[in-house]
Amino acid sequence: MTNFTIFIVIAVMAMISFALVRQKSVAIVGGATQQLHSLPRYHGYYAAVRVFAPCLFLFLLWIIGGETVIENLVVAGLPDSVKNVSGDQISLILNRIQLAVQHGEASTTDANILAAADKYSSLYNKGLWATFSLTLAVGLLGYYLSNSRTHADYRARNSFEKTISVALAASSFLAVVVTLGIVASLIFESLRFFQQVPIQDFLFGLHWSPQTALRADQVASVGAFGSIPLFAGTFLISTLAMLVAGPIGLFAAIYLTQYANRTVRAVAKPVLEILAGVPTVVYGFFAALTVAPMLRDAGGAIGVDVASESALAAGLVMGVMIIPFVSSLSDDAITAVPSSLKDGSFALGATKAETITQVLLPAALPGVVGAFLLAISRAIGETMIVVMAAGMRPNLTANPLEAVTTVTVQIVALLTGDQEFDSPKTLSAFALGLALFVITLLLNVAALRMVRKYREAYD
Amino acid sequence: MNSAPAETGPEAIQAKPKMAARGVNVFYGDNHAIKDIDLDLYADKVTSLIGPSGCGKSTFLRCLNRMNDTIPICHVTGEILLEDENIYTSGIDVVQLRARVGMVFQKPNPFPKSIYDNVAYGPRIHGLAAHRTDLDEIVTTSLEKAGLWQEVKDRLDSSGTALSGGQQQRLCIARAIAVNPEVILMDEPCSALDPIATAKIEALIDELSGRYAIIIVTHSMQQAARISRKTAFFHLGEMVEYGDTTEIFTSPKEDRTRDYITGRIG
Repeated sequence: MTNFTIFIVIAVMAMISFALVRQKSVAIVGGATQQLHSLPRYHGYYAAVRVFAPCLFLFLLWIIGGETVIENLVVAGLPDSVKNVSGDQISLILNRIQLAVQHGEASTTDANILAAADKYSSLYNKGLWATFSLTLAVGLLGYYLSNSRTHADYRARNSFEKTISVALAASSFLAVVVTLGIVASLIFESLRFFQQVPIQDFLFGLHWSPQTALRADQVASVGAFGSIPLFAGTFLISTLAMLVAGPIGLFAAIYLTQYANRTVRAVAKPVLEILAGVPTVVYGFFAALTVAPMLRDAGGAIGVDVASESALAAGLVMGVMIIPFVSSLSDDAITAVPSSLKDGSFALGATKAETITQVLLPAALPGVVGAFLLAISRAIGETMIVVMAAGMRPNLTANPLEAVTTVTVQIVALLTGDQEFDSPKTLSAFALGLALFVITLLLNVAALRMVRKYREAYD
Repeated sequence: MNSAPAETGPEAIQAKPKMAARGVNVFYGDNHAIKDIDLDLYADKVTSLIGPSGCGKSTFLRCLNRMNDTIPICHVTGEILLEDENIYTSGIDVVQLRARVGMVFQKPNPFPKSIYDNVAYGPRIHGLAAHRTDLDEIVTTSLEKAGLWQEVKDRLDSSGTALSGGQQQRLCIARAIAVNPEVILMDEPCSALDPIATAKIEALIDELSGRYAIIIVTHSMQQAARISRKTAFFHLGEMVEYGDTTEIFTSPKEDRTRDYITGRIG
């Protein structure tokens, strides 16, 4: 008996009750299914739900909580000499018990542990069988209820549809809860950080150097957590990216919607959208290995000093990366403008260019602005390209030829490698994440409002 | 443009048609939508094009200012003359043609701009006003002619799309008038409006009829009878009958015309 077997048994029970109850509903009316309130398959579906849902609930309860209960029972049964230790050591002991369960006497010679392992195994087996018999009983009960209640007027479809809507609601609820959980963890960890570093130092400090002493006897700097250079770097690179992606994306959208013939559009639009599917890490090494050296050499040729990792290289490549976002969303906004407006403009003797610049684009403006805002929040959150091409040096500068670093890059740097989870260095990552989250959230809200506003204008 | 009626008054060009179709055929791909139409349109007489849906009357109307050019698969043969000049010869500038032959559409389509900018749009792109005061003058007189001035004079800055349907349609007429066209084409201008707004538009058409050659496509035979002096009946891409409105409605020569106006076909 394993967990997998239990699950298979539940699934098979559900399928069998589907078939049986469906058959019964047909039999009740002697094959004249039009006399049934609900189609036979709905009787079947609902019977399957009645078997499957409670069984699954029991099964999940066992999967999630069963092991913890058994562990607690085993620990409680240990001799006092073994169990009267601190919490950390209890989990060590549990590890040894688990090992003994898997490898038997080869793993340990401690009689207490071996005895506990035996106890653990037998309890686990009992638990499995208990779950199995309980689900079987509940499943059969569900089948019996469905079967006995099946009659011609039974509203199986309504009940089944209600179940489906509950399942759908639960899914969306889960998504929201998980998101809220992430936000909550960001907030709590950030609060811990702000207990150690004053919030005004974080928000307005001009110096970022998060290295702190790991041990008391170590000689190291105390660390500075001024986030301004990071946000300045993010802002610089995002601006560069939007300078590339904004005009090119918008012009591409205008060309594709207004000038391109059907063949060109059929080829160019999907190709442009494939660009959005290129993994950002590929853009990253393209930026680091091709664009950055090219810029440095070009700068050298005309006597300008360009760092080999520069904000310009990262910004240019990131701009290329978000062109598809801008063009495809602007394309949608322009296409959504009713053609009657275009006709109205043409009928007044306007040229194509006049129609585009004076009627089409103003009408599509909210959608285009929404596209830009979404592209910006994408640029702000982008990490890979910047890690590879823009460098790691916190550098408060407006010169795109120098190396800079961004918020996302610093979060990566803070959380890779060994770390202590209560040092300000590590916790600062949460504060940075929270700040970034707030900024992109505001941008997205603004973008969605814009987009919604323009939808209303034509509906 | 206030002086326009004197030059294009009824007597001046009564004898000669303002626009004329000579052997016009229209194809949408392989579909022969309009078959060999000959039609004279007079400046001083409102002309109605009637007929059942899909008979080609709107298609024909859209040939008169070459709006069909925007449909790639549409192909027009034959001649359409605007004061003796074929508008389908290669030398014609479509932009100038459409400034001379304006159009009002079935569904009101004001631009999502202010009322003022809606009316000023045409004059601006054609450079009709040298100064802001000239433009103000054009906007005012156009709105007055369209019978909308009293209703909107205090809110020229508010959006044209915020007006009611009937007001929007009159705004579109004002917008067409503002470029001082010679001909105004109307494609079922009242089909999206309620009876009161329709009555206002019809009164407006009556008022404008002396100054502009008006050609109107309509589904309502009553409307055709009320507002037009000439009526052309289209059926299955052919022009079945063309004549004075009173004659078409009282003593049609063709059986198909009689069947349509008495409600037996269509």
